Amino acid sequence: MTANTLENPPLLRLRGVSKSFGPVRALVGVDLDVPAGAVTALAGDNGAGKSTLIKCIAGIHPVDAGEILWDGSPVSLRGPADSAALGIQTVYQDLALCDNLDIVQNMFLGRERLRRGQLDDVAMEQAATRTLADLAVTTVTSVRQSVASLSGGQRQSVAIAKAVLWESRLVVMDEPTAALGVAQTAMVLELVRTLANRGHAVLLVTHNVPNLLDVADRVAVMRQGRVVDARERARIDQRILVDLMTTGSTDREVA
Amino acid sequence: MESATRARTPVATSWDHLLRNPLVGPLVALVVAVVVFSLVTDTFLRPGNLALVLQQSAVIGILAVAQTLVILTAGIDLSVGAVAVLGTIVLAKVGGTEGAAVGLLVTVAVLALIGLLNGVLVAGLHLPPFIVTLGMFTAVFAATQLYAGSATYPVEPGLLTWFGTKVQLGGLVISTGVLAMLALYLVAWFVLTQTAAGRHLYALGGAPEAARLTGIRSGRVLVLVYLTAGLIAVLAAWAALGRIPNADPNAYQNANLETITAVVIGGTSLFGGRGSVMGTLVGTLIVAVLRNGLTQAGVDNLYQNIATGALVIAAVALDQVSRRRAQT
Repeated sequence: MTANTLENPPLLRLRGVSKSFGPVRALVGVDLDVPAGAVTALAGDNGAGKSTLIKCIAGIHPVDAGEILWDGSPVSLRGPADSAALGIQTVYQDLALCDNLDIVQNMFLGRERLRRGQLDDVAMEQAATRTLADLAVTTVTSVRQSVASLSGGQRQSVAIAKAVLWESRLVVMDEPTAALGVAQTAMVLELVRTLANRGHAVLLVTHNVPNLLDVADRVAVMRQGRVVDARERARIDQRILVDLMTTGSTDREVA
Repeated sequence: MESATRARTPVATSWDHLLRNPLVGPLVALVVAVVVFSLVTDTFLRPGNLALVLQQSAVIGILAVAQTLVILTAGIDLSVGAVAVLGTIVLAKVGGTEGAAVGLLVTVAVLALIGLLNGVLVAGLHLPPFIVTLGMFTAVFAATQLYAGSATYPVEPGLLTWFGTKVQLGGLVISTGVLAMLALYLVAWFVLTQTAAGRHLYALGGAPEAARLTGIRSGRVLVLVYLTAGLIAVLAAWAALGRIPNADPNAYQNANLETITAVVIGGTSLFGGRGSVMGTLVGTLIVAVLRNGLTQAGVDNLYQNIATGALVIAAVALDQVSRRRAQT
């Protein structure tokens, strides 16, 4: 499956993307391809530029230089609404959901279904329930419960379900398993795989090397604001990944 | 949730449920107040007195809708009362010389502009609403005094006093101003609970970052909220002339605080994103019932203020407790 999906043209392509904050050069000529139907993992040490890069993709930071190609056409992302309109959904570690709203309200936030100008809560509740069931998210007992009462894993599940519901073409995930226990991590990684298998492009940012190797189809490694290497999962292992993260190059081959 | 529910005793769960429903607490307080005053005074339950309670609450009740919208966005509007007073003077002065319809149009324009300015300063320049509206309050209050020249302006009966018209409603004779207030609450309830704009308002009030990152155009919603507050102040000014057909630059000096009191007692959180406009209606009525009932019972005005103040603090304390419970 992996080999097949990699033959498709990438859904998102960054070419020479740079971003500076005052004198700090956070991104220096970044090239990155994110194909549909695959999990692209973005690895790198603290301060390598991963967060800045996903914020550029999410439309939060406008890029200083370089091109962002969506389906092969150049786009400019001037705000989160621009990215959302293209079909990019970013799942932030803590900021993916509004705590004061319930699950249904969160899943439809910004794209509420209306009937004669009025919120169609019944339809939204049914669609949300269907999507969660479809993804085999069974730990959530009621879609009308407040998001504040959910566990970390449930929150990530809801955020992923939202991406499916909105038919987001690219789902960017920032450390989705950072605060989770073993079982919940497995559940979320399973959902990440499901997303890719259903044809969504997934860009996964994580520090967790074993998780990353578990779930990724492709791995891009960042160091000092550059993407220093991007290769298929089959051509990388833990030692190679650590080499790339710490020195930017490697002379090892997968054993 | 399920496991959390199991871990708690049923009693704690039902308490949680009660505390989390924003309308239950205020409604219970309103019923208790009505029952108590019916028992301790002979006059409270008379239809004429109940109608008076409603008429006394109309202007503040209307302004409290504006305050609710702003507070739900985690903001506060300290200017809305002073803006309404300016509205009464403009209505009376321009309406007196140019005719009532022109007076209304000019008032709408002036008050919309003030609301828009508040909104742009808060949303566009990211200034704290407290500071923006405090500055606006000071400026508008002074401008009102300059414009009125320390005089009051009686208005002729007609369109401008229309909200003083009495209507028979069952055993009650109330003013159209009260009906306007009730209609405004219905409209605000509909917008807040049944439209996407209302939901976005809750989202950006409770979780501004998450809402923005979802693609909600928060700035636009915020500007609309403050603009709407200005327009609601027009209705309040109009209703005020219906109640007392004389525009006084020194009237309604505590209106800002009274609206905030009504909102808070009605169970809306000052932290934004939680609460309901119907809670505010109940909050408005609680304050009006309390004041009227204590007056009927012969309690001094100053003691009434102490009671209202204690109620506000109790309401905020309850909000804090329920927030803490919601987080665990």
